[in-house]
Amino acid sequence: MSSISDDVHSDNQHSDDHHHAPAGIKRWLFTTNHKDIGTLYLWFAFIMFLIGGAMAMVIRAELFQPGLQIVDPNFFNQMTTVHGLIMVFGAVMPAFTGLANWMVPMMIGAPDMALPRMNNWSFWILPFAFLILLSSLFLEGGGPNFGWTFYAPLSTTYSNDSTGLFVFSVHIMGISSIMGAINVIVTIFNMRAPGMTLMKMPLFVWTWLITAFLLIAVMPVLAGAVTMVLTDKFFGTSFFDAAGGGDPVMFQHIFWFFGHPEVYIMILPAFGIISQIVPTFSRKPLFGYASMVYATASIALLSFIVWAHHMFTTGMPLFGELFFMIATMLISVPTGVKVFNWVATMWRGSLSFEMPMMFALAFIVLFTIGGFSGLMLAITPVDFQYHDTYFVVAHFHYVLVTGAIFSIMAAVYYWLPKWTGKMYDISLAKWHFWCSLISVNVLFFPMHFVGLAGMPRRIPDYALQFADFNKWISIGGFAFGLSQLIFLALLIKACRKQGEAVDARVWDGAKGLEWEVPSPAPYHTFETPPEVK
Amino acid sequence: MVFALPVWAADQQQREPYQLNLRQGVTDISHQVYDLHMIILTICAVIGVVVFGVMLYSILFHRKSQGAKPANFHESVKIEVAWTVVPFLILMFMAVPAARTLIAMEDASAADVSVVVTGSQWKWHYKYRDHDIEFYSLLATPREQINNKLKKGENYLLEVDRPLVIPTDRKVRFLITSDDVIHSWWVPDFAVKKDANPGFINEAWTRVNKPGIYRGQCAELCGKDHGFMPVVVIAKEPAEYAKWVEEQELVRRKAKEEEQRLLAMNMDMDELMTVGEKVYMKACAVCHMPNGEGLPGAFPALKGSSIALNNKAKHIDIVVNGVSGTAMASFAKQLSLKEIAAVITYERNAWGNNTGETVQAKDVNAVVNGI
Repeated sequence: MSSISDDVHSDNQHSDDHHHAPAGIKRWLFTTNHKDIGTLYLWFAFIMFLIGGAMAMVIRAELFQPGLQIVDPNFFNQMTTVHGLIMVFGAVMPAFTGLANWMVPMMIGAPDMALPRMNNWSFWILPFAFLILLSSLFLEGGGPNFGWTFYAPLSTTYSNDSTGLFVFSVHIMGISSIMGAINVIVTIFNMRAPGMTLMKMPLFVWTWLITAFLLIAVMPVLAGAVTMVLTDKFFGTSFFDAAGGGDPVMFQHIFWFFGHPEVYIMILPAFGIISQIVPTFSRKPLFGYASMVYATASIALLSFIVWAHHMFTTGMPLFGELFFMIATMLISVPTGVKVFNWVATMWRGSLSFEMPMMFALAFIVLFTIGGFSGLMLAITPVDFQYHDTYFVVAHFHYVLVTGAIFSIMAAVYYWLPKWTGKMYDISLAKWHFWCSLISVNVLFFPMHFVGLAGMPRRIPDYALQFADFNKWISIGGFAFGLSQLIFLALLIKACRKQGEAVDARVWDGAKGLEWEVPSPAPYHTFETPPEVK
Repeated sequence: MVFALPVWAADQQQREPYQLNLRQGVTDISHQVYDLHMIILTICAVIGVVVFGVMLYSILFHRKSQGAKPANFHESVKIEVAWTVVPFLILMFMAVPAARTLIAMEDASAADVSVVVTGSQWKWHYKYRDHDIEFYSLLATPREQINNKLKKGENYLLEVDRPLVIPTDRKVRFLITSDDVIHSWWVPDFAVKKDANPGFINEAWTRVNKPGIYRGQCAELCGKDHGFMPVVVIAKEPAEYAKWVEEQELVRRKAKEEEQRLLAMNMDMDELMTVGEKVYMKACAVCHMPNGEGLPGAFPALKGSSIALNNKAKHIDIVVNGVSGTAMASFAKQLSLKEIAAVITYERNAWGNNTGETVQAKDVNAVVNGI
């Protein structure tokens, strides 16, 4: 008994006095502070982005010219696989979770996330997941080489033994995501400041709330898929083996039932970020707030009934093909509404073009291009030609790199001064923006052309007619990779708190609770909830 | 210069270095697909120009630096309903021709010719349903070109040793399946791409309008040499096709007779090793590597392996029947008895595996036919 009351006592003291937080590495290991955990997530995501990017450089170096030069096909396949896994689960998703950790409590006027200890855990299991995944690359026979989509039976009967490590690491990533999502939902439902009704929440909060529900719905499906791969490979089950009564195509149905909502998990928070930034620098309220919320919700709902559009060539019944074609085309309606709303927000505004706005504008144009190619891919008869070519690679890199990743960069440029209290190096930021913008298009736009001309994806070598474009693509790739080092330099400078001090309201058009607290945001904010009118 | 120009132009035409758009192909379906592609591309382009145009106008004329004062509107039900309903109608307008083409593509009934297409790591097998013709089709590009030791040929990576031959102006049905992992059989000029799923059979069809050679590739990641299993189809006029079928059936009969004759003969070591090396490089070296060392963790080494050194019966059994649950396929259909005998002899005597034993066609025949 006495020990419990001691604990309670010391806890009380703790909350009275905030200067007892452990210093050094212990601060980060044991932290339950949403800002610290947000920072951890963001740095982790950035390191993963650089590692996954280095793998992309290997891929592009091999594809610089026809013939095999640098790596053998088996290693090439490991690079495409692990590049995909790292970018999806290690870079984009943790970056969004990091932003949610930092910003959701500050935007709804909450002192912290609702479940701070679980928050610590959901971050700290991630580095182990990726350590396991990366270490498998150094085993005999190499790491996973069956594509990030790990289609059976390539990932079961025909894979090497490191598949077990792959499965285990995906399990950990899934647990981390689910815990993060639970935290976001509980925080938003329970810890909003008085007066902050649901329909007053900033759109970043709304989109993350819906994303969190998607995560909880589909991460268990992914866990099921990898578990079935595990038992098929090691324990003699036949979920995906026709010889034992299973079906390899069933794997794809299960995987994409996770995989398609996953696509929206990686883009809905981006929509939220853009919906925060565009009004700020247009100095005009967001056009159609309510329709933005409804559009996000309808995209999320529709995302559950379109999965088989990834599988048109697997031999589906005609009715299935028609259904999934039309359902997929429908998704472009709410997505279009969002783009129209952003443009209408800018219309007759008073625009200025600070770095967050530049990235947001690039996002709107380039994401929309990715949306257009997505609409083209939805048309089943034509998809037979596009499917598994570089046209698809172009499509998902437009939505993921110039979509999700550009939005994350926009968010960092938007909120970084609030985090550090100092304005970052704007001239470095400009270099970063323009180098990235130009190189990313040299990198991904010609992929449309080689894809239409017939170059399949995931090949280490190609026919001569694709050579000229591939050279440009590789040059664009190297340039885009190098441009991110500018971003690294800028972030290091910002973390050393160099630069001019900023006001609480960093941007003159910024609205919302996060701009009411001082810059840099103190370690604890909104211990007394603010009144929202 | 005057001489050089036409040559240069011809070269450009052949290589089409910067091809931008989808291929129109050589079937009615592929033309419809191309038209659909152009319609949806145009719709996207028009919407893009309008939306980005409005955005650009704002960027140019609603700038704070030019003293623009922000308006305060943030809602308009009329506009929002309009930009929900109009795109919806455009999409439904698009869905009608797409559905029509799709229905035509999926109707593989009443075919004149049927070919069973079987993918395996990393080659295609074609079997004609109506004739006694079947053969494997492997990449013909020499390894030296891939490894940059020889100049790359015009059809680098898009050439095979035995192309599929089909008639023009006939409905050809493909029954597509796989022996191991999922592959995808794709010929862009036919607008046919269909997955080869192990244990299941998919259907696709084409009716080619123009004789010619059409090239494609495997489109689904199928392991290490996924990039090295092209599809080549030759479309011949029906009369020429009939002639080709006759020839093939004759060749096949003769080969079978020859094989029976060989059973009685013993080949000497030198001949077995020469043939064996050739077969090994074509059929085995992709996994077990030209030096017999395999890829640790993925494909076992043959050099110094106890089966290759000690257990001849097991060695023949593995090559003939494959090993279930692994990437090792059965070669009984793919190679002749003589070739199997030669390649096993080669594996038992190359790279320091000096067993000094030979394997003869009749030894292999005994395993194949369970004697």
